[in-house]
Amino acid sequence: MWLSDNKLNHLRTIVGDPDFSSTKYTFIKELARGGMGTVYLAEDRELNRLVAIKVLNTPEVTYDLRNRMIREAQIIARLEHPGIVPVHDVGTLPDGRVFYAMKFVRGSRLDEYAAQHASLRDRLRKFQAACDAVAFAHAHGVIHRDLKPQNIMIGSFGEVLVLDWGVAKICDRLWSAVPWHRFGQSGGKPPHSKEAPDTIEGTVIGTRDYMSPEQALGEISQLDERADVYSLGAVLHFLLKDQPKVSKAAKAICLKATASAKEDRYSSASELSADIGRLLDAEPVSAYHENALEKVSRWISKNRFLVLLVLAYLLMRIFFAFTSRR
Amino acid sequence: MSKPLLGVVLGAILGAIDGLTAWFTPAVRDQIGGIVIGSTIKGIIAGVAIGFFAKKFHSLPIGILFGLAVGALLAYLVALMQGGYYLEIVLPGSLVGLIVGFATQKYGKTTATANS
Repeated sequence: MWLSDNKLNHLRTIVGDPDFSSTKYTFIKELARGGMGTVYLAEDRELNRLVAIKVLNTPEVTYDLRNRMIREAQIIARLEHPGIVPVHDVGTLPDGRVFYAMKFVRGSRLDEYAAQHASLRDRLRKFQAACDAVAFAHAHGVIHRDLKPQNIMIGSFGEVLVLDWGVAKICDRLWSAVPWHRFGQSGGKPPHSKEAPDTIEGTVIGTRDYMSPEQALGEISQLDERADVYSLGAVLHFLLKDQPKVSKAAKAICLKATASAKEDRYSSASELSADIGRLLDAEPVSAYHENALEKVSRWISKNRFLVLLVLAYLLMRIFFAFTSRR
Repeated sequence: MSKPLLGVVLGAILGAIDGLTAWFTPAVRDQIGGIVIGSTIKGIIAGVAIGFFAKKFHSLPIGILFGLAVGALLAYLVALMQGGYYLEIVLPGSLVGLIVGFATQKYGKTTATANS
């Protein structure tokens, strides 16, 4: 029997597509392919809604890879925050591949969004929202380890979502410091998924342009929330680099976040977020010590309308003073 | 600072400064003391009205318009009593009201009220 190339390609695609027949999902199309898994668009037949499903790339999975995927789903499921995509379901396909279903986000990635939206204020607001989501994860003992514009999604209503927690790490120091009783964990004890496989020391994980020096050296045990702060700083640099007029304060924030020594960086993503907030409100930022002239200039630009009103008043008074002398 | 207090303080300061500028008008220079006192009282009255308005209505454009109207009305009354200098009194007085209206809306603190 002779088969055309088109038919062969079609058969290859069908064989490669995941078999959702034993689940409540209907396959629609492939959305993105990564190193560990592929994300598909599917329909949840029970709830009649679209979902994004991440499936391991190959059925011949090691125990470690399978656990890693389950752990990723568990990490995201624990991080209930408007800036983190919620996980709806986790399961196994007939061929043994692990999958998890999450909210399907309509929108664009931060790099695509930045290409369409030139406004620095808008970009900074989105960046601050991403910082807040990452800070929330840190408060729950989780480090993302692969923050980059491609992993930050801007939804169609302007909502900011941090994606791809596939290489996230549970940080021992952060994990033990989490006030679990506040998150409804019985007896204030942490949940039981910490035993999931961790990355071996020396392994380099992340994206080269956005990873901290300690991450690039594979110092896995040295990684803490400041590795994410560095990556966020690199994202900020990406957002600022094509801007015609970037203030010294914005540059200083970027430099502080991406300092080579982690001791010189912001100690947390929430500290970075707070400085971005101050920058947006024309308040002094912690990363930059301004001189008197810069202070006055910032105050004037913040209170431009009031300054104009007072100037108008003074001009009027000067005008009347001169006219009444005649 | 609460909105009414900010209105009073700003109204008094701007009113006093507004009154002091009468020194540049030689015809009324000898009455400057009375003018400053009158202008300060006018500023305080305007500040109280504008401040309480800002506490009640949280709208920058409406606050500015209200300030302008109060400033203009009080300045007109003063000009009426003076029997002249309408432009020299009403125009700056209106602008002072406008500034107080803007400042109370933008900078004054809104105090939360608890309902029991």
